[in-house]
Amino acid sequence: MDIFLQQIINGLVQGSIYALVALGYTMVYGIMGLINFAHGEVVMIGTLVTITVAGTLLNSGMPVALAGLAGLMAAVLVCMALGWALERIAYRPLRNAPRLTPLITAIGMSIVLQNLAMMIWGRNYLTFPSLLPKMDFEFAGANFTAIQIIIVLVSAAMMGGLLLLVYHTKLGMAMRATAQNPAVASLMGVNVNRVIAAAFVIGSALGAVAGVMVGGYYEIAHYQMGFMLGLKAFTAAVLGGIGNLAGAMLGGILLGIIEALGAGYIGDLTGGFLGSHYQDIFAFVVLIVVLMFKPSGLFGEKTGDRA
Amino acid sequence: MKKVPFFQSLPGIALAATLLLALPFVAALGGQAWVRILDFAILYVFLALGLNIVVGLAGLLDLGYVAFYAVGAYTWALLASPHFGLHWPIWAILPIGAGLACFAGVLLGSPTLKLRGDYLAIVTLGFGEIVRIFLNNLNAPINITNGPQGITLIDPVSFGAFKFSGVTQILGVSVSGPQKYYFLLIALAILVIIVNVRLQNSRIGRAWQAIREDEVAAKAIGINTRNLKLLAFAMGASFGGVAGGIFSAMQGFVSPESFSLIESIMILAMVVLGGMGHIPGVILGAVLLTVLPELLRYSVGPLQMAVFGKMLVDPESLRMLVFGLALVLVMRFKPAGLWPSPERQRELQETGK
Repeated sequence: MDIFLQQIINGLVQGSIYALVALGYTMVYGIMGLINFAHGEVVMIGTLVTITVAGTLLNSGMPVALAGLAGLMAAVLVCMALGWALERIAYRPLRNAPRLTPLITAIGMSIVLQNLAMMIWGRNYLTFPSLLPKMDFEFAGANFTAIQIIIVLVSAAMMGGLLLLVYHTKLGMAMRATAQNPAVASLMGVNVNRVIAAAFVIGSALGAVAGVMVGGYYEIAHYQMGFMLGLKAFTAAVLGGIGNLAGAMLGGILLGIIEALGAGYIGDLTGGFLGSHYQDIFAFVVLIVVLMFKPSGLFGEKTGDRA
Repeated sequence: MKKVPFFQSLPGIALAATLLLALPFVAALGGQAWVRILDFAILYVFLALGLNIVVGLAGLLDLGYVAFYAVGAYTWALLASPHFGLHWPIWAILPIGAGLACFAGVLLGSPTLKLRGDYLAIVTLGFGEIVRIFLNNLNAPINITNGPQGITLIDPVSFGAFKFSGVTQILGVSVSGPQKYYFLLIALAILVIIVNVRLQNSRIGRAWQAIREDEVAAKAIGINTRNLKLLAFAMGASFGGVAGGIFSAMQGFVSPESFSLIESIMILAMVVLGGMGHIPGVILGAVLLTVLPELLRYSVGPLQMAVFGKMLVDPESLRMLVFGLALVLVMRFKPAGLWPSPERQRELQETGK
């Protein structure tokens, strides 16, 4: 039982991170129908920027809390700028191009960002500075740490904030209108370019926060870390029904929990035939099974047969 | 009288054939490494044309194509290496590999037929990852794939006593292993080009294009979309399987690392960058994207030395950086690919799309 609870907690933490990253994918997809493959790299750059900024400030004797906050702020700002630049330079000129063209551009940008990061930060694993005191809590036989609690709380707050933004502000209304029909939205006076840029910037900011939390959780970072994380997050977004904010959040958390439970129990279930190194296949197996029965994800609206 | 394009006229064909025959010997002047690069370029032409059936003709976005390549490669590796002590001949393995890949294609295709566009993309992507993870981990409890270490000492292609590895004397000319593979690959590539051309203008090919343009309309005029989509998957997959087998034999070594997602993405990039659905374009894309990184490999290092007098940045990452930028720039200025089909170009101009 305690393994069960432990894995639920681990899954919830991992799932919160997936959810935050998935929001970046789903917002962009919902508005422009583009899989922004470079989003995972934005998250990675967020982590690495924090390592540099917070690490330097810590070494120069700044208090831990301030250094951490400065690192986070730096990551968010850099990623927002990056998201904006990506949209402006790479994707905007292709808004009316054939469907696969922006996909290849996104892949190209992902390669560019990964290699830029490698030039700046090197090939080796970097250690994330310890910004939080190591505290362990115990609950019903399961252990969890301060950082885990913080990850879940911060993610929840960010998601709540995003929902408020999308459903209770003018910008949010413009975003929803653009997602429905960009041409009509622009006739209604919505500045579509600005809305799309906003989606990229907000998504990147969420990604930066997720990146900092991933770094803090695993305590290491690497220029290739964004790839698998992005892939899983995108899977989460599709699982929930891509384009749907609540779907991305629930999809992320669900995926995290399924993965954790799967990794915890696969050995027992298959009599030791398959070990926990099969963890990565759960995401995809679950995705395929779900899409077989719900072709537009768990919470996706049923789209008509539109080409 | 209809004007025949130069490369379809008799002297044109003769010229092209001479060029293709001479190419590996010219490349060998720069070292056998260049012949191997040529081999890979043709192997990728083969793969890209296989994927072109799925993506270009039928319009099904497949991000897991490399899974079929992997199935073909491991089939060869397991049936013709000391790993299981089997050394089956090519005419047995290649059809088995193609058949298994075809089966994998149907296996992937059948549950995903309902899915549209990007949902299909992510499912195929997931399938590719699942195959790779299994290849990586099926070394315990029963050692099937030898895990991350991969399988070594794979038999080369051979017909009877004629082996494709090592140097042989043919008509007084000494022909190296990579050069022999070159001719084998050229033969296969010509075969797949013929299949592609014939398909494109066949009943099936037209049906695929109808599905690509508008699935509902295609269904309404009586096209069996389910079977045709499955056929596209199966056919693309079989080509992938054959390519995988040859890859395995050519390298003498396979490991799961060769079948990562980035490989699928590269093959897709070849199709899109060249000009989706247009056979000459796809060939161009495949050759460019194979040769360009190699050219960069040999040029970024020395260039830095010449300009700055020292290595400022790691040449390997600079090479990939330039490569990524090239993808972005081509898509920016040639959104329909470098060499799109004339119809496609016209459509794009007409709709402003």
